[in-house]
Amino acid sequence: MESLTNAIQAVPLNHYIILSALIFSIGVMGVLLRRNAIVIFMSVELMLNSVNLLLTAFSVYRGDAAGQVFVFFIMALAAAEVAVGLAIIVMIYRNTNSIDINVLNRLKW
Amino acid sequence: MPNLKAGQKYIENINMITFYFIAFLSIFFSILVISAKNPVHSILYLILTFFTFTIHYILLNAQFLAIVNFIVYMGAILVLFLYTLMLINLNKESEPVKPFMVKMAAVFGGGILAVALVASLKITGTSDPVVLKDPGLGLVKNLGKVLFNEFLLPFEVSSVLLLSAMVGAVLLATKDTKETKAIN
Repeated sequence: MESLTNAIQAVPLNHYIILSALIFSIGVMGVLLRRNAIVIFMSVELMLNSVNLLLTAFSVYRGDAAGQVFVFFIMALAAAEVAVGLAIIVMIYRNTNSIDINVLNRLKW
Repeated sequence: MPNLKAGQKYIENINMITFYFIAFLSIFFSILVISAKNPVHSILYLILTFFTFTIHYILLNAQFLAIVNFIVYMGAILVLFLYTLMLINLNKESEPVKPFMVKMAAVFGGGILAVALVASLKITGTSDPVVLKDPGLGLVKNLGKVLFNEFLLPFEVSSVLLLSAMVGAVLLATKDTKETKAIN
């Protein structure tokens, strides 16, 4: 265990930030690219996870446990959000027989 | 650390290589998530992406978060996704496709965001290595103490949030024949 705790010393904080930024951008790209509501939802999950990783890296960097507690709360929030969001998607599918988000343009004007 | 032993140095290098390899895998699988044509494949790639995130947490010695990530994301959330996909019964031909120009614009916009984030990171110039000062930082014992002392109120409020989300999900997903007729 001791070897594992000493292990990560060499990776710079920058590389964690770059990794999280790239995965966050990929999530944004997914939201813009796809029209399938479920895939858009998965891209949002990807963004949430990249932020979680970044918070954990900062928490280890600063030696402060609060960051990891925040990640725990974000995970609880994500679980609630997924439950409600997927229920909404199921309801939309039942009403419109499609999960294409372009069907849902009645709120436009 | 100046007085590192040779064995420790070796393990350190191995772990550095592991980090970069796993980081590459995370990016690779997350690109596959957004580019897979079939939504079921997207979900399976998302599971692999979350696997790599769990490995990142283990490398950061955040053992509690690794376990929670494993159970909550891969156990609960992705099963929920798969069940919803099963309920929705998507066909290949019903998969909506955007025009090519819109796709190019989307990739361009995401790329611009990535460039902006990395460039703003470059200005701040923080490149210190991530050193784990307290080995017990991410363990359940330490996190439980913080959670139930400083963050007791948010913890209780999150239970109310989960309850309301559960009630809301059941309310939304149940088939209310009268109301759906009224909407249509």
